[in-house]
Amino acid sequence: MTDLHHAELGLSDSDVLKMYETMLLARRLDERMWLLNRAGKIPFVISCQGHEAAQVGAAFALNPTRDYIAPYYRDMGVVLHFGMTPRELMLSAFAKAEDPNSGGRQMPGHFGYKKKRILTGSSPVATQVPHAVGVALAGRLQNQHYVSFVTLGEGSTNQGDFHEGANFAGVHKLPVIIMVENNQYAISVPIDKQLGGNVADRALGYGMHGESVDGKNPLAVYKVMKEAVDRALRGEGPSLIEAVTYRLTSHSSDDDDKYRSSEEVAQGKANDPLLLFGKYLVDANVATKETLEEMNGKVMEIVNDATEYAEKAPYAPPEHALKYVYWEGDE
Amino acid sequence: MAVLSFIEAIHLAMKEEMERDEKVFILGEDVGKKGGVFKATQGLYEQFGEWRVLDTPLSESAIAGVAIGAAMVGMRPIAEMQFADFILPAVNQIVSEAAKIRYRSNNDWNCPIVVRAPYGGGIHGALYHSQSVEALFANTPGLKIVIPSTPYDAKGLLKASIRDEDPVLFFEHKRAYRLIKGEVPLDDYVIPIGKADVKREGDDITVITYGLCVNYALQAAERLQDDGISVHLLDLRTVYPLDKEAIIEAATRTGKVLLVTEDNKEGSVMSEVAAIIAEHCLFDLDAPIMRLAGPDVPAMPYAPTMERYFMISPEKIERAMRELAAF
Repeated sequence: MTDLHHAELGLSDSDVLKMYETMLLARRLDERMWLLNRAGKIPFVISCQGHEAAQVGAAFALNPTRDYIAPYYRDMGVVLHFGMTPRELMLSAFAKAEDPNSGGRQMPGHFGYKKKRILTGSSPVATQVPHAVGVALAGRLQNQHYVSFVTLGEGSTNQGDFHEGANFAGVHKLPVIIMVENNQYAISVPIDKQLGGNVADRALGYGMHGESVDGKNPLAVYKVMKEAVDRALRGEGPSLIEAVTYRLTSHSSDDDDKYRSSEEVAQGKANDPLLLFGKYLVDANVATKETLEEMNGKVMEIVNDATEYAEKAPYAPPEHALKYVYWEGDE
Repeated sequence: MAVLSFIEAIHLAMKEEMERDEKVFILGEDVGKKGGVFKATQGLYEQFGEWRVLDTPLSESAIAGVAIGAAMVGMRPIAEMQFADFILPAVNQIVSEAAKIRYRSNNDWNCPIVVRAPYGGGIHGALYHSQSVEALFANTPGLKIVIPSTPYDAKGLLKASIRDEDPVLFFEHKRAYRLIKGEVPLDDYVIPIGKADVKREGDDITVITYGLCVNYALQAAERLQDDGISVHLLDLRTVYPLDKEAIIEAATRTGKVLLVTEDNKEGSVMSEVAAIIAEHCLFDLDAPIMRLAGPDVPAMPYAPTMERYFMISPEKIERAMRELAAF
């Protein structure tokens, strides 16, 4: 998979096992959500499948007790590392009252959790980029040292808010890291019909560091992210990282995915980052097929528990829809 | 107390709030070194430094969006749109983001930003430096829209907006900036958002309006007084959400209601005020609800003849008042 060895990056065996476990957990939760959707139990799924290496590799370079994140809708791997639990993710999928993201108000994938430093997100794409820049500006104003991390898809880099936010960060040299998870498609429209050039090259216009990296390899993503974090904390300004990967599912549970050839999808699945990283761990003598199987068993228990818990949890009462339009006093 | 112009009152509110709370900061185009194109922030760059009075790229969506991000982590940003007409690139940030952050996060996050913008015509600003944009935002729960009419109100309402826990759009009539002067306390006070204010007591007809038109309506009311017609004048001060109680009370008091706005008539804030009166006061009315507003053309033209035709004036209000009183 890679010439990189985790030890050269300062990662221990247990670090990379934890990385793999987080990727695996994201994958299995996502797969379960599809089953629940097809069984008619949850209305909608939007997937992280194929993105786990980029997400988890990047998140491991951040500090969940120091940094802020503004994730986009596919970022299950990122929010898991920042402390959102499988139960909480399932509560969101089932739109239950206890869901910390929105109490069942938003579709799944619209993350937000103040205690975990996860900014609340919406559906219009790229609006989170200026928010992340504002978070970084607040740090500068208050002399607090943290990194503000924001993600989006490659199609979303065509939005004005991507450009406006990136340029603002570049002008003021703010500690922002923008990671574009380039999965080759904006729903049905392929990248060659979305961008006239390359994602990473856009950094040049904003006066920031731009870099494209293999998003199927968590170690490669970790490496460039770690460097970006170090630059940000040294006051050297923002970075734009393009993590190149492939979307293994349809855009969402409401998309028929008929615009891609089955050969192309099969090729993508042959390069599934989860398989590649599992093989790396075995080759590097960090794990065996048996220990990975054992880990999978444990992860499935967690997924089962989360599903059961969330399915049984109550919905918000109907009139709760009227609450929290404005401040209602300190609770 | 001191006699201050409208814009001096706004300046003073920001200065006092920045001295009181170091989390308050200003961002926008030309707000720093230049002190704003209308000089609302003059001297603040020198007093508070370039980071707290931040010149931004020419980029309205980022001005709003960056303010939102900073507000979410505890800052109190005042984002300046150079003209209300140029707020449109930031609408997605204001309507999809700021207005919904508390609601969509189930009260986990909030967004205490103030977006200040000069609105209104009568200054030879033509189509794109004259518009009233409040109606574009006035059916967005989660937002508050404040439009003051006097220097006293401007200072107290702006301070309340900065301290508010939710996003506030603060629209300042640019013709009022230097035209309107009034007594302003030099100490700290706030005026509650969401409360309308009776600017004049009267018994024959009720006028409901906001912003610069309040001043015009007061002048017109003076002229009617000489003819023995007594005008009750309600200043909305907050145009969203509306102070329904005060509207109902003012309409019921005289049974004859004139609603005045400089905005285009159809779908304006006054359309909602009319609906509230129709819902609650029908049997107390002695005349049909009357509206005086800008014509339904895209915006006001540059040439003085056409600009005057569009604009509300004390004379136009006086004519409407006399017509209503005679009904």
